[in-house]
Amino acid sequence: MLKASLALLKRDIGLSWSRGGGPILAVGFYLTLMAMIPLSLGPETQVLARVAPGLTWLSLALASLLSLERLFERDYEDGLFDILRGGKLPLEAIALIKCLAQWIGTGLILALLTPMVMIILGAPVEAAGLSLVAAVLGSLSFALIGGVGASLSLGSRKGGVLIALLVLPFYVPPVIFGAGLMQAYLTGAPITQALGLLGAYSLFALALCPIATGAALRSALN
Amino acid sequence: MIDLDMGKYVFYVWGSYGATAVALISLTIASVIAHRTQKRKLQALLDESRQP
Amino acid sequence: MISWLANPERFSRIFTPIRPYVGVAAALMFMWGLYLCFASPEDYQQGDTVRIMYMHVPAAWMAMAVYLIMGIASFFGLIWRHSLADVAAKAAAPIGAAFTALSLLTGSLWGRPMWGTWWEWDGRMTSVLVLFLFYIGYMALHAAIEDETRAAKSTAILAMIGLVNLPVIKFSVDWWNTLHQGASVVRADGPSIAPDMLWPLLVMALAFKLLFVWLWLLRIDTELMARRYRALRARLSFAEEGN
Repeated sequence: MLKASLALLKRDIGLSWSRGGGPILAVGFYLTLMAMIPLSLGPETQVLARVAPGLTWLSLALASLLSLERLFERDYEDGLFDILRGGKLPLEAIALIKCLAQWIGTGLILALLTPMVMIILGAPVEAAGLSLVAAVLGSLSFALIGGVGASLSLGSRKGGVLIALLVLPFYVPPVIFGAGLMQAYLTGAPITQALGLLGAYSLFALALCPIATGAALRSALN
Repeated sequence: MIDLDMGKYVFYVWGSYGATAVALISLTIASVIAHRTQKRKLQALLDESRQP
Repeated sequence: MISWLANPERFSRIFTPIRPYVGVAAALMFMWGLYLCFASPEDYQQGDTVRIMYMHVPAAWMAMAVYLIMGIASFFGLIWRHSLADVAAKAAAPIGAAFTALSLLTGSLWGRPMWGTWWEWDGRMTSVLVLFLFYIGYMALHAAIEDETRAAKSTAILAMIGLVNLPVIKFSVDWWNTLHQGASVVRADGPSIAPDMLWPLLVMALAFKLLFVWLWLLRIDTELMARRYRALRARLSFAEEGN
């Protein structure tokens, strides 16, 4: 079972790179948004430094949405799910694995870029470590919740926008905690509460989202 | 004794009552119209199916 | 009991005759409530703006109650696969969305003179705004999936996930120190609100509830007829193709 899981994980990460260019698309979108922020707000360093955490997290959330539409769609159309369902792995596990692959293939890369984005927007270099940790946690919850939205809208005609509408309200707490965490760090306030909340939210997502995604996949397959 | 003079808050108080009235009345009208239309459509189809 | 009622025809037979009485009761309660709203005294601190409360608080209560009803109906629909549960949840969504929008709007109109701001990003307002987005998402998802049983299942899952927001709304005033006042009607030690204001509030709340029940029954009936219509049409065109 572990072997099958690992094989599926490897396959999915590989697929995200080879076909469709999901991560490249998301990274390009993320960096473009970052470039547009100073252009729309004006290049004053003080203004930028104050809004950098919030806008970075907003951009991270939006960029995480991008490749969700294809997360289950391809395998759903190819009938791969029907084959996988005949195997030992329950649909919940398949959902979890595919979301983890989405996280590793796209979310982690965006998370790795996050410190750089924040620094370019004017955050101090010392904040890099913390912003990386926070972005890793946040992007994990983004991928897991995104999986729920992607599975729910399977078989509907307007995938992309619908997923965004379903998923973004659930992205609100991590964005609040993540941006609040950076704001607290930059103003010298205690950070443990925001970091704890962010971690707790991601853990909750890890526990509950695969169940919901599995249920939605099951209903889509019947 | 009914007090309808809202003093300096006239916009806020009547605004909220007006908005509530508009929203609930239009929701009611829309629901009634939808109900009637659906009833008529269903009846027409039922009649059609009975006398082909 | 629930399974017994879940038969659409039995449901219509029982509730269609009741519906007009609910409507009349709602209208009478609205008349009495509106009279009380303006017959009640001004608040010594808030002046006339306290009358906004009689719209705002019932709308906010209903915004949450309707979502809870949707969640419960979705739960039954998912466990026992009653199509009536999905019809009930689907019919409730637009009404709940309207109440949510009203609670936000009247709250904004109350906040401006009292707090000096139209909008404050405090926990309660943010979480109610998210509730509104859930209603929109629910309706969008229902509209986007053509297959009825699949739409029912997907939206039921979404509605149940969204239930986590309700405790956040309820306790947001306790968790975060905000401009919003804490609970003053439903409290362990009895309501802290003056009886002169409690009465119009409770009557209006009952009027809102009755209006909801009436609209809900009406919309359930509409949806049941729509489904009968679609089923019949499909059967007719199938018969025609057969000929």
